[in-house]
Amino acid sequence: MSRSMTSGRAIERRLVLQFLGAGVAALELAAGLESSAQGAEEMPEWPMRAFAQKDEARALQALYGAAIEPSDEIALEVPLIAENLASVPVSVTISLRDVTSISILVPQHAVALAASYCIPEGTEPSVSCHLRMAKTGDVVAVVQSAGRLYGARKRVKVTRGGYAG
Amino acid sequence: MASTIRIRAVAGADATMVQSLIEHPMESGFAARADGTPIAPHYIEVLTFECNGKVVFTAFWGPAVAKDPYLKFSFKRARKGDELRVRWVDNKGKRGSATARIL
Repeated sequence: MSRSMTSGRAIERRLVLQFLGAGVAALELAAGLESSAQGAEEMPEWPMRAFAQKDEARALQALYGAAIEPSDEIALEVPLIAENLASVPVSVTISLRDVTSISILVPQHAVALAASYCIPEGTEPSVSCHLRMAKTGDVVAVVQSAGRLYGARKRVKVTRGGYAG
Repeated sequence: MASTIRIRAVAGADATMVQSLIEHPMESGFAARADGTPIAPHYIEVLTFECNGKVVFTAFWGPAVAKDPYLKFSFKRARKGDELRVRWVDNKGKRGSATARIL
């Protein structure tokens, strides 16, 4: 497969295969746990208060200090039906300008906020990751753009065993 | 055992697409073992990507992020051969890092 033909999904699948040790990686990396002085380098502060909220609105208030307005400029991609509760792919792509932050919430969870991403200037307003879900419920994408807060939500149906059809 | 980090960063015409996979249990703290004893939370809280001396992406994660977390994003103004550095710290203070060259 040539690189130009390699779709994001194919790369993702390949990464997973490599991760499982099933492939030879064509990548350079030097990984390991840090034990040197470098390990003590400053990391940004984790927003503890936002991750302590059970409620979606409170989590957003703690994180952004604002409420969301719905927007159709946010493309939130989730599976209609999730087959694997332990790993539900979530993708957010935004066509708004000046996006500085993207957050993903799963309001049904005991901790509503699942992930929050900082988008500096020069980084595209798009992110994909995998989340856990316990049962059927909404996934909410929240985007901060030019100081305002926008949101989009989609329902993910969870099936336990059996057919996902 | 040291946690492994897989990074694939490919420079495109417009932006560099980054995909990463970090080996980490990402225990939520809400799960229990078969005998009912709770499993302590253990998850990555902060993850940063740096390229050419600039932070290009920061992730704050909570307990809902899946095990061995996958991430995909894209950023501009990097070239093939540039170095991308990823660092993480989890709720137990454990850290990891890796560097990859952009393909």
